[in-house]
Amino acid sequence: MQGHVNHKIVIDVQQVSKSFKQVKAVRGIDLQVYQGQFLALLGPNGAGKTTLVEMIEGIQKPDSGKIFIQGKSWKGNEETLHQIIGISLQETRFIDKLTVYETLRLFASFYQLPARRIEEIIELSGLQEKHKSYVVNLSGGQRQRLALGIALLNQPKILLLDEPTTGLDPTARRDIWQILLALRESRQTSLILTTHYMEEAEQLCDYIVLIDKGKIVSQGTLNQLLAHDKEVKNIEFSLEGNLSNLNVSQIQKDIQMDWDEISGKGTLYIKSIENQLPTFISALKANNISLKNIECRRKTLNDLFLSLTGRELHDA
Amino acid sequence: MTRNTLEHHLAQLILAHFKEIIREPGVIFWGIVFPIMMALGLGIAFTKKPDLVRTVAVIGNNVDSSRGDTDIAELLKPLTDQFPLTRNDQDEFSLKIPDEQLGNMTYIFTPKSWDEAMLLLKRGRINLILENRDDQIYYHFDPMNPEAQLLYLKLSQIQGGEPIQSDISAARIEPLTVTGTRYIDFLIPGLIAMGVMMSCMWGLSYGIIDKRSKKLLRRMIATPMRKSNFLISLITVRLGMNIVESLLLFLFAFIFFDISIQGDLIALLVVFIAGNVAFSGIAIFISSRTANNEIGNGLINAVVLPMMVLSGIFFSYHNFPDWAVSVIEKLPLTLLADQIRGIFIEGSGIPDILLPSVILAVIGISLFSVGLKIFRWY
Repeated sequence: MQGHVNHKIVIDVQQVSKSFKQVKAVRGIDLQVYQGQFLALLGPNGAGKTTLVEMIEGIQKPDSGKIFIQGKSWKGNEETLHQIIGISLQETRFIDKLTVYETLRLFASFYQLPARRIEEIIELSGLQEKHKSYVVNLSGGQRQRLALGIALLNQPKILLLDEPTTGLDPTARRDIWQILLALRESRQTSLILTTHYMEEAEQLCDYIVLIDKGKIVSQGTLNQLLAHDKEVKNIEFSLEGNLSNLNVSQIQKDIQMDWDEISGKGTLYIKSIENQLPTFISALKANNISLKNIECRRKTLNDLFLSLTGRELHDA
Repeated sequence: MTRNTLEHHLAQLILAHFKEIIREPGVIFWGIVFPIMMALGLGIAFTKKPDLVRTVAVIGNNVDSSRGDTDIAELLKPLTDQFPLTRNDQDEFSLKIPDEQLGNMTYIFTPKSWDEAMLLLKRGRINLILENRDDQIYYHFDPMNPEAQLLYLKLSQIQGGEPIQSDISAARIEPLTVTGTRYIDFLIPGLIAMGVMMSCMWGLSYGIIDKRSKKLLRRMIATPMRKSNFLISLITVRLGMNIVESLLLFLFAFIFFDISIQGDLIALLVVFIAGNVAFSGIAIFISSRTANNEIGNGLINAVVLPMMVLSGIFFSYHNFPDWAVSVIEKLPLTLLADQIRGIFIEGSGIPDILLPSVILAVIGISLFSVGLKIFRWY
């Protein structure tokens, strides 16, 4: 069901918590990642995604709980684990006045890799034309591709990417996706990716973990998550006429509805179109309000997140 | 490791940090051109003396009237036989006393009222006021000001009618212009020591703090890179740059001021490396925690500024009170500057510099170790 070839757990997070001064960033999270699985940590800013990933990366230490990577904890195993992990941090900046090639060469030397691996990575990350450019002169997308290339240098068994496409335009984002989709084909690498773009989680990952305020609110494959409330249909509508006449509380007795009087738009959450929609329409008729537009929309992860937490993924 | 793999990562780190430095044009200017310009400016200012010109305000009974000039002429009468008194514009007179050995001296006598003269004195434009009151000459000056005292001595000699004979003074005075005793000989070793301190403190500390705030440090240690190699590579590149900078500064001083090294070159190398170790250690230590450039600035200044002022780079620190001297002598920059100076101008050898070099190295190595222990990589 989860689309990975075997059931060997490579990352095992057990009841992990972490606080900073007053803020409880991560509260008792359990998480398992299987070999070859691509897992998304999806949540708004400040949900605790980065803290969780940095604990898995060994950069932060959990206050409580345990983390095992291929059965090993960080303590005493740094050297082994660094060899098999590739990471890309949020907003890393490399040495400004080194070229792309020189930067890759420096990082390749940490892993004692052959020079040909640098060529492979330059090709893989689509930086052939930029390999002689200074890092400081790269665009945001090129810089992220370089960061991803560096993360992939050692052919990591485990890849940890913290918001790899945040701040990029759609084209640059798609370039990153292409690289990761190609990687997924091989099923050699397990990935944890944090993002607040639901499209990214949907497109790239086999398994999605919704996270909010330091806790997992739901998890599963995309289909499992969307099946959660399958019988409920989302129907969006917009109205015109004297909208203050609309008897909202009367309608909400029968139908779950979000309504914004200023824009004249709303959403109905309906289990039975045949039974409930006529009720809504007759309520409009009674108040002499006409229906400008109505459509039944595919449900998204954002809808699920909203129904679970009352917040949107893109909360500022 | 197969033959095919890249060189050891320490070599790559050194290469990367070296490129990072030399690709920044400002580094070449501040590291190499600026110290040379400073040496040139200070060296010329203090070694090639131009004619000394000293202005003296004259206050007399009749200065404000048209007879002011006769006052001055009368005052200087004993001299005018020997040296011509020339009249400048207005009421000013100037008297030029040639002296090949000590440099020519020109006195300008300008009639002023008391208030005007005081104003000039406060502004530092003049050091001495001559007053002719009741046919008596009075000298007004600050006895704590050595410059004013010297001027008083010279003028009272002139005014007293003693002959100024340059050949006599020449017979008695042996100007010390041999290599090793000039100001530039004192200055260059100090500048080399200061260059080592500045380059280590700013170059290393700033580089580390900047890489920490860019999150590059935490990215690098998420690889199998050895942490100490990262710091060692930074220090190595710094040492290399410092050697080049010091050589260029010396070369310049050698060509321009004919400066020479009288002591042991091996000893110089030893103390130079010990100094680099000391300041690298200090730099690593003070940059071991902060990710904030402004805090870094403050920390660096707190270390650098006191030593720049106290350690006798530009002028001897022996003018400070005795209790202060005993402290100043133990500062790392003083240790380094004194040893380099000793080798340059006193002909020191290994035995002279051994203990201070060991102290410098111990300071550096212990601070490096502590710094590495408490180092914040993220």
